[in-house]
Amino acid sequence: MPAISREEVAGLAKLARLSVTEAELDTFAGQLDVILQSVARVGEIADAEIPPTSHAVPLTNVFREDVVRPGLTQEQALSGAPKSEDGRFRVPRILGEEA
Amino acid sequence: MTTTDTADLMDYDEVMARFDPVLGLEVHVELHTNTKMFCGCPTAFGAEPNTQVCPTCLGLPGSLPVVNGKGVESAIRIGLALNCEIAQWCRFARKNYFYPDQPKNFQTSQYDEPIAFNGHLDVVLEDGEVFRVEIERAHMEEDTGKSLHVGGATGRIHGADYSLLDYNRAGVPLIEIVTKPVVGAGERAPEIAKAYVGALRDLLRALDVSDVRMDQGSLRCDANVSLMPKGASVFGTRTETKNVNSLRSVERAVRYEMRRHAAILVDGGEIIQETRHFDEATGTTSAGRRKETAEDYRYFPEPDLVPVAPSREWVEQLRTTLPELPWERRKRVQQEWNLSDLELRDLVSAGALDLIASTVDAGAPADEARSWWVSYLAQQANSRGVELDALPITPAQLARVIALIAEGALTNKLARQVVDGVLAGEGEPDEVVAARGLKVVSDDSALIAAVDEALAAQPDVAEKIRGGKVQAAGAVVGAVMKATKGQADAKRVRELVLERCQ
Repeated sequence: MPAISREEVAGLAKLARLSVTEAELDTFAGQLDVILQSVARVGEIADAEIPPTSHAVPLTNVFREDVVRPGLTQEQALSGAPKSEDGRFRVPRILGEEA
Repeated sequence: MTTTDTADLMDYDEVMARFDPVLGLEVHVELHTNTKMFCGCPTAFGAEPNTQVCPTCLGLPGSLPVVNGKGVESAIRIGLALNCEIAQWCRFARKNYFYPDQPKNFQTSQYDEPIAFNGHLDVVLEDGEVFRVEIERAHMEEDTGKSLHVGGATGRIHGADYSLLDYNRAGVPLIEIVTKPVVGAGERAPEIAKAYVGALRDLLRALDVSDVRMDQGSLRCDANVSLMPKGASVFGTRTETKNVNSLRSVERAVRYEMRRHAAILVDGGEIIQETRHFDEATGTTSAGRRKETAEDYRYFPEPDLVPVAPSREWVEQLRTTLPELPWERRKRVQQEWNLSDLELRDLVSAGALDLIASTVDAGAPADEARSWWVSYLAQQANSRGVELDALPITPAQLARVIALIAEGALTNKLARQVVDGVLAGEGEPDEVVAARGLKVVSDDSALIAAVDEALAAQPDVAEKIRGGKVQAAGAVVGAVMKATKGQADAKRVRELVLERCQ
């Protein structure tokens, strides 16, 4: 039983706007399966005594004062954008979906 | 596209004869903190595009988020006001998705560990009946940027050539409040949906955590609607209607979806689980995107933010900051002002009651406060075509104007000019008084000079007054008021006229 199916890879590719050929689907599904199976081995040592870990440091409640700090100008903000228009980032159309 | 927008609708009475509605309401409220949730950028509405951004909210490499403590505090206060439990420990999560409205390619949100959960809100309907809406959760997240779709049909995504993104709003603190399924609402479902959002708006305003302006998007409602055959217990397939920008629209959107679902279901059709968009102009909904399932967002704990673990001391301290609830205040005010149910309802539906009560809280006498809001300010709102609470004057500012009248520093006429100045954006009442030179002339020597001048100009009238015809003084008072451009206290002028004629 593979860790990820060919159909799941096709679904993810669609969401990520990647066009993938049938041959590539076979390749990627196989490769991703190897990666996921390897990572899944971590689960073999997890048990009730080892709680899931999301953070490496035991800190909580790190908060910032609600005080404005200087940010970027519009020009700076757009300086790295491949395309801009009217002070806004210009991006390709989003097909068939409502943001 | 699925159905056309002129979908068949079932008569509402027939819907009720055959089906029970189930509602789920998701309300997003933008907090009016000074800064965004995870960076120090300002949050003001209406700035030039991409001028309130920084590397963090633009998702630039190497930037790291830090939580706005005020945002957490507001979230806890909202949770407490909604009778929720407050999490002992919770985390932020990444909600991954593929729209460009978040430059990071994910939204920082909370997933299975919301800061507040299991609450309720008792909603008072127009006839006084109380309906309890159970709250599933309230969680912290951030708003998205604003997209502008260019080309194709006006502003719609379909057929657009490209999109333009403004990230000023990306990262603004957002609290999402989600109800449990609302069952048993029956034919009052649309009304309950509206009343719930209205009660939530009043509550959030009383908490002073948000501007709660539906027209500006600082309060937004998504309405989930499904129908099940009468007597059934398994919920039908739901649709989620977005873009509902006013209380009236909440009611209309729910009613429309109930009638549309019913028509499809009795035809043997199937409801498609999807997002729908409400059109304010036509009162109809149209199909948006198909709902992605939860897995598609690939939620995982946000590694760049440490968990939030509010101490019980902090939570209890915040509980003491909760204001009097709006509906409790209404009940109290009704008793204190001796209002009939009808009078109370009129004030509430005019949107005046809370404003009056806030003005009273700011130190003004109740009758003065009431008179200003229901007459002069109501006229101003009417002529501007806005709701009373959208007028750019606060209860505190009005209370200051009323205090200036009580001190004798303003006449009623001058006070209206001061209010006009505040409404015109000229600043606080005292600033308007100073800038427009509207102080009452209370300097007696200046007034005496004006009185003497007026008496000299009307010697026959002066003679009458001296002869004991006190009522003749009115003409002189009028002349003095005219000469001082209404800035004198008429009562004092009258006293001076009589003194000078002795």
